[in-house]
Amino acid sequence: MNASLTPRPSTQAAGVRADRVRVHFPTRAGTVKAVDDVSFDIRPGETFGLIGESGSGKTTLGRALAGLQPLTDGRLFYDGREPASLNRAERRRQRRDHQIIFQDPHAALNPRMTIAQSVMEPLDILGDGDRASRRRVADEALERVGLAPQIGRRYPHELSGGQKQRVNIARTLTLRPRFIVCDEVVAALDVSIRGAILNLFADLQDEFGITYAFITHDISVVSHVSDRVGVLYLGRLMEQGPAAAVCEQPLHPYTQALLSAEPLPLPSDQRDHRRRIRLQGEIPSPLNPPSGCPFRTRCPRAEARCAEQVPEWREVAPDHRVACHFAGPA
Amino acid sequence: MAHEETGSPPLLAVEDLNIAFVHPGGETAITRDVSFTVGAGERVGVVGESGCGKTVTGLSLLGLLPKRTARVRGRILFQGEDLLTMSPRALRRRRGRDISMIFQEPMSALDPVFTVGEQLTETLRAHYPVRRKEARERAIAALEEVGIPSPHLRIDDYPYQFSGGMRQRVMIAMALICRPKLVIADEPTTALDVTVQAQIIDLLCELSDTTGTALLFITHDLGVVAETCSRLLTMYAGEVVESAPVDTVLRRPAHPYSSGLLRSLPGLSERGGRLPSIPGRVPAPSEMPAGCRFQARCPHAADGCEQGQPLRQLDRARLARCWRSAELTLPGAVTP
Repeated sequence: MNASLTPRPSTQAAGVRADRVRVHFPTRAGTVKAVDDVSFDIRPGETFGLIGESGSGKTTLGRALAGLQPLTDGRLFYDGREPASLNRAERRRQRRDHQIIFQDPHAALNPRMTIAQSVMEPLDILGDGDRASRRRVADEALERVGLAPQIGRRYPHELSGGQKQRVNIARTLTLRPRFIVCDEVVAALDVSIRGAILNLFADLQDEFGITYAFITHDISVVSHVSDRVGVLYLGRLMEQGPAAAVCEQPLHPYTQALLSAEPLPLPSDQRDHRRRIRLQGEIPSPLNPPSGCPFRTRCPRAEARCAEQVPEWREVAPDHRVACHFAGPA
Repeated sequence: MAHEETGSPPLLAVEDLNIAFVHPGGETAITRDVSFTVGAGERVGVVGESGCGKTVTGLSLLGLLPKRTARVRGRILFQGEDLLTMSPRALRRRRGRDISMIFQEPMSALDPVFTVGEQLTETLRAHYPVRRKEARERAIAALEEVGIPSPHLRIDDYPYQFSGGMRQRVMIAMALICRPKLVIADEPTTALDVTVQAQIIDLLCELSDTTGTALLFITHDLGVVAETCSRLLTMYAGEVVESAPVDTVLRRPAHPYSSGLLRSLPGLSERGGRLPSIPGRVPAPSEMPAGCRFQARCPHAADGCEQGQPLRQLDRARLARCWRSAELTLPGAVTP
């Protein structure tokens, strides 16, 4: 195969479906149900946002989506096919199609390799083309993310956080992936440059037709970039639907609390009318999650029933699903 | 500014604070002529990107910078007394009692081998002649005040037995146990989840209201400042570039850097639209440009910006380090 950075037609973007996915970790103290019975689909070419606090299982789910974490139970489909049904060549192809970009741009780069070496490494491993053509693809990728090719001679410590994250994006781009899991990719960056990196992700999606799973704890980011969103709490999906619906008319009490907890840069006279929901306590230990609905211990609407029955994952509006007995506007 | 209205001197007045780090090759200036005040009971936010000198400024107020490598010049007047010329002994008497600090990462700020009770009473007994039993009671009351359930049991727990949010509450209890006049909080909620952050912000404001403690709130989050503070200091490249009431800055920032920070917040742009950002990066301390330090990244840079920029008084409550402030109409977080 010839290495190049030419765009694919956007119709080739990958669709992903998660069907009752579970990832459990056995520990001495018991089983941690990091992801527990989660189902959703990511449409080809869209950005699917996953919001959750620490301990919600969002990173484990991201790793599972990228094929880095075996499932305890449930199934994942890529373009309608399960990885297990693929032959060796197809699986190799799929590994290249599915990539992940991590939170800490510095930790993701080898400090002893030049930027060019890091960006070329995936192609070196795959043995695509000759050295000169790999170098050309790397330069092209660096240029595409807004860095001068001369930066290739430098080492990670000479770059700023934003530049390093651009390098990580360039490295991923050399493989021309169709699906990228973005795990907190702007969390480590200053607010002043987040916009530029998020714009870059959007441009690459338009150009190369990439599907994103965008994992973050930052509601304003997820609400801005996503087409559809899923809200995770203690390893379970609480709500899922179009970004506008979930972020503007959330139906699950947890989503409502999460949105109202976001500090807004508004003058005092414009903030008072906002409904504030203050949750008590913190997310319980995933070693010992509450019975029934996992959110009931902090939920302002909880009743006896919530401790007994796990709420059904039901569709309340087209493509808008919620797991709550008492779901409704705040 | 609160103190101007009442006519009394400010609680804290920092004047021309220049902090430099000394190394074998010479000296690297980190902050230049930082001046600001905090009135009694006032809550002041300090924002800026990483590398703008926020944390170093905060640490210098408590004399916590390493003596050998940090050179601090200027004046730090606390209740009229200069903390920089004070004897170490006199400074130690104020630190923890009159001025205290809350750090970003509660796990590394608490000592893992002592119970939280031991750490709370140590602070108290270092400053006041209280008996062990009374100190313990005061510590239990302090934990109760910050909303820790069953404080009489939790007081004998070690830091690892607390969750992140609860540890930060312990930190707050420790900072407030001597009823200080000023608390410096350096990114106190950054390591916390958003629902827990909301609780901690409410708690800090409530305690500052009831005890009259002033807060210097160092953060990168303008939303947090809007919810907690009445005045905002914007720092850029080691300088204060704007000082104004929070609501004024949110409507009409006077410095292009404050405006750029506000416009970069994704919550303010149309969903899926282009996000504004500030091009480039904060210059390294060793390569500071002459004149305005923001000019290379500023969309409003013009001839004249290569001149040194003093902090100019725009009106009674506003200062900005930009000679074009008066002619520019800069967008804020909301339309005025």
